Formats: sequence, structure tokens, C-alpha cells
Amino acid sequence: MAWTREEMAARAAQQIRDGFYVNLGIGIPTLVANALPPGMTVSFQSENGMLGIGPFPYEGEEDPDLINAGKQTVTEVPDTSYFSSSDSFAMIRGGHMDLSILGSMQVSEEGDIANWMVPGKMVKGMGGAMDLVAGAKEVIVLMEHVEKSGAPKLVTRCSLPLTGTHVTDFVITDLAVFEFTKRGGTLVLKELAPGVTLDEVKAKTEAKFEVGLS
Amino acid sequence: MRQKVYPDAKSALEGIVSDGMMVMAGGFGLCGIAENLIAAIRDLGPKNLTVVSNNCGVDDFGLGILLANGQIKKMISSYVGENKLFEKLYLAGDLELEFNPQGTLAERIRAGGAGIAGFYTKTGYGTIIAEGKPTREFNGQHYVLETGLVADLSIIKAWKADKEGNLVYRKTARNFNPMMATAGKITVVEVEELVEIGELDPENIHTPGIYVDRIVVEVGAEKRIEKVTTRKREEVK
Repeated sequence: MAWTREEMAARAAQQIRDGFYVNLGIGIPTLVANALPPGMTVSFQSENGMLGIGPFPYEGEEDPDLINAGKQTVTEVPDTSYFSSSDSFAMIRGGHMDLSILGSMQVSEEGDIANWMVPGKMVKGMGGAMDLVAGAKEVIVLMEHVEKSGAPKLVTRCSLPLTGTHVTDFVITDLAVFEFTKRGGTLVLKELAPGVTLDEVKAKTEAKFEVGLS
Repeated sequence: MRQKVYPDAKSALEGIVSDGMMVMAGGFGLCGIAENLIAAIRDLGPKNLTVVSNNCGVDDFGLGILLANGQIKKMISSYVGENKLFEKLYLAGDLELEFNPQGTLAERIRAGGAGIAGFYTKTGYGTIIAEGKPTREFNGQHYVLETGLVADLSIIKAWKADKEGNLVYRKTARNFNPMMATAGKITVVEVEELVEIGELDPENIHTPGIYVDRIVVEVGAEKRIEKVTTRKREEVK
């Protein structure tokens, strides 16, 4: 059985270490916040200018001045700080964020990410994604293993416009976990979702990878 | 004596808006936008504007009302996904669009306000964003040269101002406002509360008054929330 979105998020949460400062992208990555093991001190950053994000507010307590990067209403935690967009991206681009977890449309076997633009379709913009992949100490891509059409998303070379080159450390899909030996290094299959076979992953992956299952 | 306080948004912008100018507009989505000043730009009617703003509002609110009024020629933004009218105008060729990575946009504005003509960043290296821009290697890493941005006018939103223009922002409504305050040849701020000089704590001023030319007190702002997201009380553990 392939992992559900929640299980993928829980698997990604296992990569988070106590004390980490983490930025979560929109989509499946937002589920990671609810999947943290208890007892860990982790601060979530939102690139619109907030470090230390609390849960969604109770009904009736929404504050229009308090939103996350997905423009959803959120709340403070006791150690929250607010800052400007340039301070926020100094944090991101200056290598201060321990981890960025984001979704992607494609990841190449060299760790290139393409997640912001499909030519011929309306382009919404890259937001902070290019800054996050270029600046975070560690980048985890959390995505479905294949497109709805069945086309592989782990590819030899990204056919879509890139967000960053040689920037991925881990790829967690609904079928498996992959790790790059280093930035721009070799892609290694580390783990299969329960009931998923190596043959299935091989059939659904275009990117070249080594098998390093433990 | 400095007289920075104007009776309303329209009088604060009268005579300083013109066709073809570049305007920086603070805000992230609909959070921390200068609602009265945007409406005054609509009413004063300058055309062919280049607008620098992270987003472009929604169809009927925020900068979306300037789009709907045909006043924007070009947007410099990082994300415009929330606006159907934007998409229609863009696909019809009636709107120019320059995407900047969000951090690059913020830093271009910060640099412009600080007199820095350009800077090197890793962001966008190897992507279409770097096409046509000089790149350089420092310590084995690749960087792209980006330029500072200065606007003819910045319209920003703060929570409180004193009459000197010292500003305090509230929560995530700060976002692009502090940098834009520094990067406008003229900066006009819309505030929720105006206080006397001496009432703000000098240790906690976010934007010093030197950057602020004109101040208006916000009237009847809607402060619309783009995505109301809540939890139920019984979910509390």
C-alpha cells in the first residue's frame, strides 16, 4: 500500500531534529506540522515575516494582520517573532533555516527541482520557492511519485522550467524515500512504503538511482 | 516645521501621481495593504503604472481595483495566482509581468532604498530568472547579479505613526512595507492610528520618520481576509 498524504507527511516529520527551524511549503508539506513527534522544540517559519507559527485560530478569533505564506489565518506561539520580508529572506538566503520541505512537479536525478511553471499554462509565480531551495541547509521534496497521467516525476532531466539546480537532499513520495549522497550527487533509494516493491518503483521512476535499502 | 500629516488619502497623493510612474505597494496578499491610498490612486486616475508589489490583490480588492480600472501597465511581483482578471489581461497581452523570486524582490527593494545598485544572490541560478543576467562564482558557489529598485512613489501601510512619521507595524502586516518605505522617492503611509510625537517608544520604532513624507489616517478599511482558516474548539487537546 502506498503511503497516504498524512503518512508521507509523518515520514517527512521523521527527518526533523529537535531544535530545527523549518519552512513548510503549501500542500502536503503543511501536514508535517501536525505529525511531529511529541517533546521536540521546532519552530516553523513563514516567509511573509513570522517565526514561530501556532495553530489556526478558533472561529471568530481570526486576525487579518496574522497570516501565513499560504495567506491562511494563523496564531502566535509564546516565542513568536515578526519581521520584514527582507529580514525573512535574509534568514532563508543566509543559510539560517535548517530545513525546507516543499512540493514539486519534477525532481531530476541530479537534484534539480521544477515546481513553479508549466509552459503554456498561466504562470502564478515562484513566490519564495527559489530562495528556499537555494538557501535552506536541507531541502526535502514531498510529492506524489507519478503524475495523474502516470508519468514519472522523478526524471532524468526536468522538462519544466527549473526552480533550482542540485538543491535536493531527500525525496519522499507515496511509494518510497530517496536520498542524494550529496548536493548534485547520486540518488539512492532508501526505503519503500509498506507493500511497495522495488520493481514497482523502478517501473515508475525515470531518474537513475541506486538501491540502498536497509 | 515638518507637516507630514494630510487630511485624507486623496489630498496626500494629489499632485504626486502621474502617468507612467513606478509605484511600490506594500502588502502580502491582502495583509498590510494601504486600502485608502490604493482607492485614491484609482480616483486620481494615473495610467500606465508599473507596480512593484509581491502580489496583485484579488479581482475586486487591493491592487485588483487598479487592474480593473486599466491603470496598470506592468507588474513586478513574485506570485499572482489569486487573481482571475490578472490572468485574463496577461493572456490577452494587455499587461506586462516581471516575476522576481520573493526574496530577490525584497532584497532589490531593500538595496534600492539603501543606495546599493546591485547584489549577488544564489537564488535563481541556473533558472530562467538568471537568463541575461551576469553570474559570478564566489568560493565555488554560483551567484546571479540582481539590481536595486527605486520607485517614484511608495504607498505603504503601518499600524501606528507619530506625526514625525515614525512607524510601527502590526504582526505579519509588516511584510514588504518597511523596505518600500525606504525605496520610494516619495513615501506615503496609511496608518490605523496617529499619535503625538513622544508617544511611541523610540526603542521600538520599525521605520524611522526620515523615510516617510506623508501620513494619512485610514478610514473605513475593510481589512479583508483572503483565506479564513480556523479550528473548532473541541479539537483542542
